[in-house]
Amino acid sequence: MSNWIPLWLHKLSSPPTFYRFAGTLRPWAMALALLFGAIALYGGLVLAPADYQQGDAYRIIFIHVPSAWMSMFIYAVMGVSAFVALVWRIKLAEVVAMESAPIGAAFTFITLVTGSLWGKPMWGTWWTWDARLTSELVLLFLYLGVIGLYQAFEDRRQGARAAAFLAIIGIINVPIVHFSVNWWNTLHQGSTVNMFGPSKISWNMLWPLLSMTLATKFYYAASLFRRAQTDLLSLESGKDWVRRIAESEVDQ
Amino acid sequence: MLQRDLTLAWRRRSDIAMPVLYALIVTMLFPFALGPEDTLLQRIAGGVILVTVLLAMLLALDAMFSSDIEDGSLEQLVLAPQPLALMLGMKILAHWLTTALPLIVIAPLLAAMLHLPAAVIPVLLLALLLATPLLSLFGAVLVALTAGTRRSGMLLALMLLPLCVPALIFAAGAVAAAQQGLPWLAPISWLAAALVLSLVLAPLACAAALRIALDS
Repeated sequence: MSNWIPLWLHKLSSPPTFYRFAGTLRPWAMALALLFGAIALYGGLVLAPADYQQGDAYRIIFIHVPSAWMSMFIYAVMGVSAFVALVWRIKLAEVVAMESAPIGAAFTFITLVTGSLWGKPMWGTWWTWDARLTSELVLLFLYLGVIGLYQAFEDRRQGARAAAFLAIIGIINVPIVHFSVNWWNTLHQGSTVNMFGPSKISWNMLWPLLSMTLATKFYYAASLFRRAQTDLLSLESGKDWVRRIAESEVDQ
Repeated sequence: MLQRDLTLAWRRRSDIAMPVLYALIVTMLFPFALGPEDTLLQRIAGGVILVTVLLAMLLALDAMFSSDIEDGSLEQLVLAPQPLALMLGMKILAHWLTTALPLIVIAPLLAAMLHLPAAVIPVLLLALLLATPLLSLFGAVLVALTAGTRRSGMLLALMLLPLCVPALIFAAGAVAAAQQGLPWLAPISWLAAALVLSLVLAPLACAAALRIALDS
Protein backbone atom coordinates (compact mmCIF):
# COMPACT_ATOMS: atom_id res chain seq x y z
CA MET A 1 0.00 0.00 0.00
CA SER A 2 2.88 2.32 0.70
CA ASN A 3 3.94 2.58 -2.90
CA TRP A 4 0.85 4.30 -4.24
CA ILE A 5 2.66 7.64 -4.40
CA PRO A 6 5.36 6.46 -6.83
CA LEU A 7 2.71 4.56 -8.75
CA TRP A 8 0.51 7.61 -8.98
CA LEU A 9 3.47 9.78 -10.03
CA HIS A 10 4.43 7.21 -12.60
CA LYS A 11 0.96 7.22 -14.05
CA LEU A 12 0.84 11.00 -14.00
CA SER A 13 4.00 11.25 -16.04
CA SER A 14 2.33 9.68 -19.05
CA PRO A 15 1.27 12.45 -21.43
CA PRO A 16 -2.46 11.56 -21.83
CA THR A 17 -2.99 11.25 -18.08
CA PHE A 18 -1.23 14.51 -17.42
CA TYR A 19 -3.21 16.16 -20.18
CA ARG A 20 -6.47 15.24 -18.47
CA PHE A 21 -5.08 16.01 -15.00
CA ALA A 22 -3.93 19.46 -16.11
CA GLY A 23 -7.20 20.09 -17.92
CA THR A 24 -9.20 19.39 -14.75
CA LEU A 25 -7.02 21.45 -12.42
CA ARG A 26 -6.37 24.40 -14.69
CA PRO A 27 -9.71 26.25 -14.29
CA TRP A 28 -9.47 25.87 -10.51
CA ALA A 29 -5.92 27.17 -10.40
CA MET A 30 -6.83 30.10 -12.62
CA ALA A 31 -9.92 30.92 -10.56
CA LEU A 32 -7.93 30.78 -7.32
CA ALA A 33 -5.24 32.95 -8.88
CA LEU A 34 -7.81 35.57 -9.88
CA LEU A 35 -9.53 35.39 -6.49
CA PHE A 36 -6.36 35.76 -4.43
CA GLY A 37 -5.06 38.37 -6.85
CA ALA A 38 -8.21 40.46 -6.49
CA ILE A 39 -8.17 40.14 -2.69
CA ALA A 40 -4.49 41.06 -2.61
CA LEU A 41 -4.95 44.06 -4.87
CA TYR A 42 -7.89 45.34 -2.81
CA GLY A 43 -6.04 44.71 0.45
CA GLY A 44 -2.79 46.13 -0.81
CA LEU A 45 -4.06 49.19 -2.63
CA VAL A 46 -7.05 50.14 -0.44
CA LEU A 47 -6.96 48.55 3.00
CA ALA A 48 -3.26 48.56 3.85
CA PRO A 49 -2.08 51.81 5.49
CA ALA A 50 0.44 54.04 3.76
CA ASP A 51 4.03 53.67 4.88
CA TYR A 52 5.17 56.36 7.32
CA GLN A 53 8.31 56.99 5.31
CA GLN A 54 7.61 55.95 1.75
CA GLY A 55 3.97 56.98 1.53
CA ASP A 56 2.01 55.15 -1.11
CA ALA A 57 4.99 54.28 -3.27
CA TYR A 58 5.77 51.21 -1.19
CA ARG A 59 2.61 49.54 -2.52
CA ILE A 60 4.55 48.27 -5.50
CA ILE A 61 6.00 45.56 -3.25
CA PHE A 62 2.68 43.74 -3.55
CA ILE A 63 3.72 43.00 -7.13
CA HIS A 64 7.49 43.21 -6.85
CA VAL A 65 8.15 40.83 -3.96
CA PRO A 66 5.82 37.99 -5.06
CA SER A 67 7.23 38.08 -8.60
CA ALA A 68 10.77 38.09 -7.24
CA TRP A 69 9.94 35.02 -5.17
CA MET A 70 8.35 33.41 -8.20
CA SER A 71 11.37 34.15 -10.39
CA MET A 72 13.50 32.04 -8.04
CA PHE A 73 10.83 29.47 -7.30
CA ILE A 74 10.20 28.80 -10.99
CA TYR A 75 13.91 28.49 -11.64
CA ALA A 76 14.13 25.92 -8.87
CA VAL A 77 11.17 24.01 -10.36
CA MET A 78 12.79 24.22 -13.76
CA GLY A 79 16.15 23.02 -12.39
CA VAL A 80 14.60 20.07 -10.57
CA SER A 81 12.50 18.96 -13.51
CA ALA A 82 15.49 19.47 -15.82
CA PHE A 83 17.44 17.12 -13.56
CA VAL A 84 14.60 14.60 -13.61
CA ALA A 85 14.39 14.94 -17.38
CA LEU A 86 18.10 14.25 -17.85
CA VAL A 87 18.35 11.41 -15.36
CA TRP A 88 15.15 9.49 -16.04
CA ARG A 89 14.43 10.86 -19.52
CA ILE A 90 10.80 11.53 -18.69
CA LYS A 91 9.18 13.43 -21.50
CA LEU A 92 6.81 15.26 -19.19
CA ALA A 93 9.69 16.59 -17.07
CA GLU A 94 11.24 18.08 -20.22
CA VAL A 95 7.94 19.72 -21.06
CA VAL A 96 7.54 21.14 -17.55
CA ALA A 97 11.11 22.49 -17.51
CA MET A 98 10.88 24.08 -20.94
CA GLU A 99 7.43 25.55 -20.46
CA SER A 100 8.42 26.99 -17.07
CA ALA A 101 11.20 29.04 -18.62
CA PRO A 102 9.06 31.68 -20.40
CA ILE A 103 6.83 32.12 -17.33
CA GLY A 104 9.88 32.50 -15.11
CA ALA A 105 11.43 34.96 -17.52
CA ALA A 106 8.21 36.99 -17.45
CA PHE A 107 8.20 37.10 -13.64
CA THR A 108 11.88 38.07 -13.60
CA PHE A 109 11.18 40.84 -16.05
CA ILE A 110 8.24 42.10 -13.95
CA THR A 111 10.49 42.04 -10.89
CA LEU A 112 13.13 44.14 -12.61
CA VAL A 113 10.63 46.62 -14.06
CA THR A 114 8.64 47.14 -10.84
CA GLY A 115 11.90 47.32 -8.91
CA SER A 116 13.23 50.10 -11.07
CA LEU A 117 9.88 51.93 -10.98
CA TRP A 118 10.14 51.84 -7.20
CA GLY A 119 13.83 52.68 -7.22
CA LYS A 120 13.36 55.93 -9.12
CA PRO A 121 11.45 57.79 -6.34
CA MET A 122 13.12 55.91 -3.45
CA TRP A 123 16.76 55.58 -4.43
CA GLY A 124 16.70 58.34 -7.02
CA THR A 125 17.84 56.00 -9.77
CA TRP A 126 16.30 53.48 -12.13
CA TRP A 127 19.18 51.10 -11.93
CA THR A 128 22.24 50.53 -9.86
CA TRP A 129 24.88 47.81 -10.02
CA ASP A 130 23.83 46.35 -6.73
CA ALA A 131 24.43 42.66 -6.03
CA ARG A 132 20.74 41.74 -5.86
CA LEU A 133 19.85 43.65 -9.02
CA THR A 134 22.77 42.29 -10.98
CA SER A 135 22.16 38.69 -9.98
CA GLU A 136 18.47 39.04 -10.85
CA LEU A 137 19.50 40.37 -14.25
CA VAL A 138 21.79 37.39 -14.70
CA LEU A 139 18.81 35.19 -13.81
CA LEU A 140 16.83 36.81 -16.63
CA PHE A 141 19.66 36.11 -19.06
CA LEU A 142 19.82 32.51 -17.88
CA TYR A 143 16.10 32.12 -18.59
CA LEU A 144 16.59 33.68 -22.02
CA GLY A 145 19.56 31.41 -22.68
CA VAL A 146 17.52 28.34 -21.82
CA ILE A 147 14.67 29.47 -24.09
CA GLY A 148 17.08 30.34 -26.89
CA LEU A 149 18.96 27.07 -26.67
CA TYR A 150 15.71 25.10 -26.64
CA GLN A 151 14.56 26.78 -29.81
CA ALA A 152 17.89 26.52 -31.62
CA PHE A 153 17.54 22.77 -32.08
CA GLU A 154 15.47 21.30 -34.84
CA ASP A 155 14.72 18.21 -32.83
CA ARG A 156 12.63 19.40 -29.88
CA ARG A 157 13.50 16.63 -27.43
CA GLN A 158 17.20 17.07 -28.12
CA GLY A 159 16.80 20.81 -27.62
CA ALA A 160 14.96 20.20 -24.38
CA ARG A 161 17.76 18.00 -23.08
CA ALA A 162 20.47 20.52 -24.01
CA ALA A 163 18.50 23.38 -22.46
CA ALA A 164 17.85 21.28 -19.35
CA PHE A 165 21.59 20.85 -19.00
CA LEU A 166 22.07 24.61 -19.18
CA ALA A 167 19.30 25.10 -16.61
CA ILE A 168 21.13 22.80 -14.20
CA ILE A 169 24.40 24.69 -14.65
CA GLY A 170 22.59 27.97 -14.07
CA ILE A 171 20.85 26.87 -10.88
CA ILE A 172 23.98 27.95 -8.99
CA ASN A 173 22.72 31.51 -9.46
CA VAL A 174 19.51 31.02 -7.44
CA PRO A 175 21.16 30.91 -3.99
CA ILE A 176 23.30 33.85 -5.09
CA VAL A 177 20.17 35.89 -5.83
CA HIS A 178 18.59 34.82 -2.58
CA PHE A 179 21.50 35.54 -0.28
CA SER A 180 22.96 38.48 -2.19
CA VAL A 181 21.47 41.00 0.26
CA ASN A 182 23.16 39.22 3.16
CA TRP A 183 26.51 38.59 1.50
CA TRP A 184 27.02 42.02 -0.04
CA ASN A 185 25.88 45.02 1.88
CA THR A 186 24.82 47.19 -1.05
CA LEU A 187 21.79 49.31 -1.83
CA HIS A 188 18.99 46.74 -1.92
CA GLN A 189 17.53 46.25 1.56
CA GLY A 190 17.57 42.91 3.33
CA SER A 191 14.53 40.70 3.55
CA THR A 192 11.75 41.81 5.88
CA VAL A 193 9.54 38.76 5.53
CA ASN A 194 10.92 35.64 7.19
CA MET A 195 9.51 32.18 7.03
CA PHE A 196 11.28 31.32 10.28
CA GLY A 197 11.16 33.84 13.07
CA PRO A 198 9.28 37.13 13.23
CA SER A 199 8.85 39.26 10.13
CA LYS A 200 9.68 42.93 10.28
CA ILE A 201 6.48 44.00 8.58
CA SER A 202 3.07 44.97 9.93
CA TRP A 203 0.34 42.34 9.56
CA ASN A 204 -1.84 44.85 7.68
CA MET A 205 0.76 44.95 4.97
CA LEU A 206 1.79 41.33 5.21
CA TRP A 207 -1.49 39.59 4.42
CA PRO A 208 -2.04 41.22 1.00
CA LEU A 209 1.54 40.28 0.21
CA LEU A 210 0.98 36.65 1.13
CA SER A 211 -2.32 36.60 -0.75
CA MET A 212 -0.57 37.91 -3.85
CA THR A 213 2.10 35.25 -3.39
CA LEU A 214 -0.60 32.59 -3.45
CA ALA A 215 -2.11 34.26 -6.51
CA THR A 216 1.20 34.14 -8.39
CA LYS A 217 1.72 30.51 -7.42
CA PHE A 218 -1.71 29.56 -8.73
CA TYR A 219 -1.22 31.65 -11.83
CA TYR A 220 2.05 29.82 -12.48
CA ALA A 221 0.29 26.47 -12.05
CA ALA A 222 -2.54 27.45 -14.38
CA SER A 223 -0.22 28.89 -16.98
CA LEU A 224 2.14 25.92 -16.78
CA PHE A 225 -0.77 23.47 -17.16
CA ARG A 226 -2.03 25.30 -20.22
CA ARG A 227 1.39 25.55 -21.83
CA ALA A 228 2.21 21.93 -21.04
CA GLN A 229 -1.10 20.78 -22.53
CA THR A 230 -0.42 22.64 -25.77
CA ASP A 231 3.14 21.41 -25.88
CA LEU A 232 2.13 17.81 -25.25
CA LEU A 233 -0.42 17.98 -28.05
CA SER A 234 2.16 19.16 -30.54
CA LEU A 235 4.90 16.81 -29.28
CA GLU A 236 2.60 13.79 -29.37
CA SER A 237 0.74 14.75 -32.52
CA GLY A 238 0.03 11.58 -34.45
CA LYS A 239 -0.48 9.48 -31.34
CA ASP A 240 -3.87 7.92 -30.78
CA TRP A 241 -4.92 9.90 -27.73
CA VAL A 242 -4.23 13.21 -29.46
CA ARG A 243 -6.25 12.09 -32.46
CA ARG A 244 -9.16 11.19 -30.22
CA ILE A 245 -9.06 14.63 -28.57
CA ALA A 246 -8.92 16.30 -31.95
CA GLU A 247 -11.87 14.22 -33.18
CA SER A 248 -13.96 15.04 -30.13
CA GLU A 249 -13.24 18.74 -30.65
CA VAL A 250 -14.40 18.43 -34.24
CA ASP A 251 -17.60 16.66 -33.14
CA GLN A 252 -18.50 19.47 -30.83
CA MET B 1 45.24 14.44 -28.86
CA LEU B 2 46.87 17.61 -27.59
CA GLN B 3 49.55 17.24 -30.20
CA ARG B 4 47.05 16.69 -32.97
CA ASP B 5 45.06 19.80 -32.08
CA LEU B 6 48.16 21.91 -31.72
CA THR B 7 49.43 20.72 -35.10
CA LEU B 8 46.09 21.49 -36.68
CA ALA B 9 46.10 24.95 -35.14
CA TRP B 10 49.68 25.55 -36.32
CA ARG B 11 48.71 24.68 -39.86
CA ARG B 12 46.21 27.53 -39.73
CA ARG B 13 48.35 30.15 -38.09
CA SER B 14 46.28 33.06 -39.33
CA ASP B 15 43.34 31.89 -37.23
CA ILE B 16 45.48 32.23 -34.13
CA ALA B 17 46.34 35.79 -35.05
CA MET B 18 42.72 36.87 -35.47
CA PRO B 19 41.73 37.15 -31.77
CA VAL B 20 44.99 38.95 -31.05
CA LEU B 21 44.39 41.49 -33.80
CA TYR B 22 40.80 41.87 -32.66
CA ALA B 23 41.89 42.61 -29.09
CA LEU B 24 44.48 45.12 -30.30
CA ILE B 25 41.97 46.98 -32.44
CA VAL B 26 39.23 47.05 -29.80
CA THR B 27 41.69 48.39 -27.23
CA MET B 28 42.80 50.99 -29.74
CA LEU B 29 39.21 52.18 -30.16
CA PHE B 30 38.80 53.17 -26.52
CA PRO B 31 41.25 56.10 -26.53
CA PHE B 32 39.54 57.36 -29.68
CA ALA B 33 36.09 57.09 -28.18
CA LEU B 34 36.88 58.46 -24.73
CA GLY B 35 39.68 60.91 -25.49
CA PRO B 36 43.35 60.29 -24.75
CA GLU B 37 43.42 61.50 -21.13
CA ASP B 38 45.92 59.52 -19.11
CA THR B 39 44.00 59.45 -15.83
CA LEU B 40 40.73 58.32 -17.36
CA LEU B 41 42.41 55.61 -19.44
CA GLN B 42 44.37 54.43 -16.42
CA ARG B 43 41.22 54.04 -14.40
CA ILE B 44 39.37 51.95 -16.97
CA ALA B 45 42.40 50.06 -18.34
CA GLY B 46 42.02 46.89 -16.25
CA GLY B 47 38.34 46.45 -17.05
CA VAL B 48 38.76 47.28 -20.72
CA ILE B 49 41.53 44.72 -21.16
CA LEU B 50 39.56 42.01 -19.37
CA VAL B 51 36.39 42.63 -21.39
CA THR B 52 38.37 42.79 -24.63
CA VAL B 53 40.08 39.48 -23.89
CA LEU B 54 36.73 37.94 -22.97
CA LEU B 55 35.16 39.05 -26.26
CA ALA B 56 38.16 37.94 -28.28
CA MET B 57 37.94 34.51 -26.69
CA LEU B 58 34.22 34.38 -27.36
CA LEU B 59 34.91 34.93 -31.05
CA ALA B 60 37.31 32.02 -31.13
CA LEU B 61 35.20 29.65 -29.04
CA ASP B 62 32.84 28.86 -31.86
CA ALA B 63 35.65 27.15 -33.73
CA MET B 64 36.51 24.78 -30.89
CA PHE B 65 34.51 21.84 -32.21
CA SER B 66 33.22 23.07 -35.56
CA SER B 67 35.86 21.53 -37.84
CA ASP B 68 35.71 18.27 -35.88
CA ILE B 69 31.95 18.13 -36.33
CA GLU B 70 32.24 18.82 -40.04
CA ASP B 71 34.64 15.98 -40.77
CA GLY B 72 33.04 13.62 -38.28
CA SER B 73 36.07 13.14 -36.06
CA LEU B 74 34.04 14.28 -33.05
CA GLU B 75 31.81 11.21 -33.37
CA GLN B 76 34.96 9.10 -33.47
CA LEU B 77 36.07 10.75 -30.25
CA VAL B 78 32.77 9.98 -28.56
CA LEU B 79 33.09 6.34 -29.61
CA ALA B 80 36.76 6.01 -28.66
CA PRO B 81 37.67 3.77 -25.72
CA GLN B 82 39.52 6.49 -23.80
CA PRO B 83 37.44 8.59 -21.42
CA LEU B 84 35.75 11.35 -23.38
CA ALA B 85 36.21 13.88 -20.59
CA LEU B 86 39.98 13.44 -20.66
CA MET B 87 40.20 13.95 -24.40
CA LEU B 88 37.91 16.95 -24.27
CA GLY B 89 40.12 18.32 -21.51
CA MET B 90 43.05 18.03 -23.90
CA LYS B 91 41.05 19.77 -26.61
CA ILE B 92 40.20 22.58 -24.22
CA LEU B 93 43.85 22.87 -23.21
CA ALA B 94 44.89 23.06 -26.86
CA HIS B 95 42.25 25.70 -27.48
CA TRP B 96 43.43 27.71 -24.49
CA LEU B 97 47.05 27.46 -25.64
CA THR B 98 46.18 28.70 -29.11
CA THR B 99 43.76 31.51 -28.28
CA ALA B 100 44.18 32.66 -24.69
CA LEU B 101 47.94 32.39 -24.40
CA PRO B 102 48.66 34.77 -27.31
CA LEU B 103 46.16 37.19 -25.78
CA ILE B 104 47.95 37.03 -22.44
CA VAL B 105 51.27 37.59 -24.20
CA ILE B 106 50.05 40.82 -25.78
CA ALA B 107 48.20 41.94 -22.62
CA PRO B 108 51.20 44.00 -21.39
CA LEU B 109 51.17 45.77 -24.74
CA LEU B 110 47.45 46.52 -24.35
CA ALA B 111 48.13 47.70 -20.81
CA ALA B 112 50.83 50.02 -22.05
CA MET B 113 48.46 51.42 -24.69
CA LEU B 114 46.09 52.42 -21.89
CA HIS B 115 48.87 53.71 -19.59
CA LEU B 116 48.30 51.11 -16.92
CA PRO B 117 51.06 51.55 -14.27
CA ALA B 118 53.83 48.99 -14.72
CA ALA B 119 53.47 47.80 -11.14
CA VAL B 120 49.92 46.57 -11.82
CA ILE B 121 50.81 44.56 -14.92
CA PRO B 122 51.95 41.40 -13.04
CA VAL B 123 48.63 41.32 -11.19
CA LEU B 124 46.76 41.80 -14.45
CA LEU B 125 48.70 38.93 -16.01
CA LEU B 126 48.06 36.70 -13.03
CA ALA B 127 44.33 37.52 -13.14
CA LEU B 128 44.24 36.80 -16.87
CA LEU B 129 46.20 33.58 -16.39
CA LEU B 130 43.53 32.38 -13.96
CA ALA B 131 40.45 33.87 -15.64
CA THR B 132 41.06 32.80 -19.25
CA PRO B 133 41.16 29.02 -18.53
CA LEU B 134 37.89 29.52 -16.63
CA LEU B 135 36.37 31.10 -19.71
CA SER B 136 37.73 28.33 -21.94
CA LEU B 137 36.26 25.66 -19.66
CA PHE B 138 32.84 27.34 -19.30
CA GLY B 139 32.83 28.09 -22.98
CA ALA B 140 33.68 24.52 -23.93
CA VAL B 141 30.65 23.19 -22.03
CA LEU B 142 28.36 25.65 -23.79
CA VAL B 143 29.92 25.11 -27.19
CA ALA B 144 29.39 21.39 -26.69
CA LEU B 145 25.74 22.06 -25.89
CA THR B 146 25.24 24.08 -29.05
CA ALA B 147 27.21 21.59 -31.16
CA GLY B 148 24.07 20.27 -32.83
CA THR B 149 22.52 23.62 -33.69
CA ARG B 150 22.75 25.73 -36.77
CA ARG B 151 23.07 29.32 -35.57
CA SER B 152 25.08 29.18 -32.40
CA GLY B 153 27.12 32.40 -32.45
CA MET B 154 24.76 34.86 -30.76
CA LEU B 155 23.25 32.15 -28.62
CA LEU B 156 26.68 31.30 -27.28
CA ALA B 157 27.22 34.92 -26.26
CA LEU B 158 23.82 35.05 -24.57
CA MET B 159 24.61 31.93 -22.55
CA LEU B 160 28.30 32.45 -21.82
CA LEU B 161 28.43 36.10 -20.81
CA PRO B 162 26.14 35.83 -17.75
CA LEU B 163 28.14 32.86 -16.51
CA CYS B 164 31.35 34.84 -16.92
CA VAL B 165 30.22 37.69 -14.70
CA PRO B 166 31.75 36.29 -11.48
CA ALA B 167 35.11 35.61 -13.14
CA LEU B 168 35.10 39.12 -14.58
CA ILE B 169 34.19 40.67 -11.22
CA PHE B 170 37.00 38.92 -9.37
CA ALA B 171 39.61 39.56 -12.06
CA ALA B 172 38.66 43.23 -12.33
CA GLY B 173 38.53 43.45 -8.54
CA ALA B 174 42.10 42.17 -8.26
CA VAL B 175 43.38 44.64 -10.84
CA ALA B 176 41.50 47.55 -9.27
CA ALA B 177 42.78 46.67 -5.81
CA ALA B 178 46.35 46.47 -7.07
CA GLN B 179 45.93 49.82 -8.76
CA GLN B 180 44.88 51.43 -5.49
CA GLY B 181 47.71 49.74 -3.61
CA LEU B 182 45.35 47.49 -1.66
CA PRO B 183 45.95 43.77 -1.06
CA TRP B 184 44.78 41.88 -4.17
CA LEU B 185 45.30 38.32 -3.04
CA ALA B 186 41.69 37.61 -1.99
CA PRO B 187 40.00 37.94 -5.43
CA ILE B 188 42.94 36.08 -6.99
CA SER B 189 42.41 33.21 -4.55
CA TRP B 190 38.70 33.16 -5.43
CA LEU B 191 39.61 32.93 -9.10
CA ALA B 192 42.07 30.14 -8.39
CA ALA B 193 39.49 28.23 -6.37
CA ALA B 194 36.90 28.57 -9.14
CA LEU B 195 39.50 27.44 -11.66
CA VAL B 196 40.39 24.33 -9.69
CA LEU B 197 36.71 23.46 -9.29
CA SER B 198 35.91 23.90 -12.95
CA LEU B 199 39.10 22.10 -14.04
CA VAL B 200 37.65 19.02 -12.40
CA LEU B 201 34.00 19.46 -13.32
CA ALA B 202 34.02 21.18 -16.70
CA PRO B 203 35.52 18.36 -18.82
CA LEU B 204 32.98 15.96 -17.32
CA ALA B 205 30.14 18.41 -17.94
CA CYS B 206 31.48 19.04 -21.42
CA ALA B 207 31.46 15.32 -22.18
CA ALA B 208 27.88 14.99 -20.91
CA ALA B 209 26.79 18.02 -22.92
CA LEU B 210 28.42 16.69 -26.07
CA ARG B 211 26.67 13.36 -25.72
CA ILE B 212 23.35 15.19 -25.38
CA ALA B 213 24.01 17.41 -28.36
CA LEU B 214 25.22 14.67 -30.69
CA ASP B 215 22.73 12.03 -29.66
CA SER B 216 19.84 12.03 -32.08
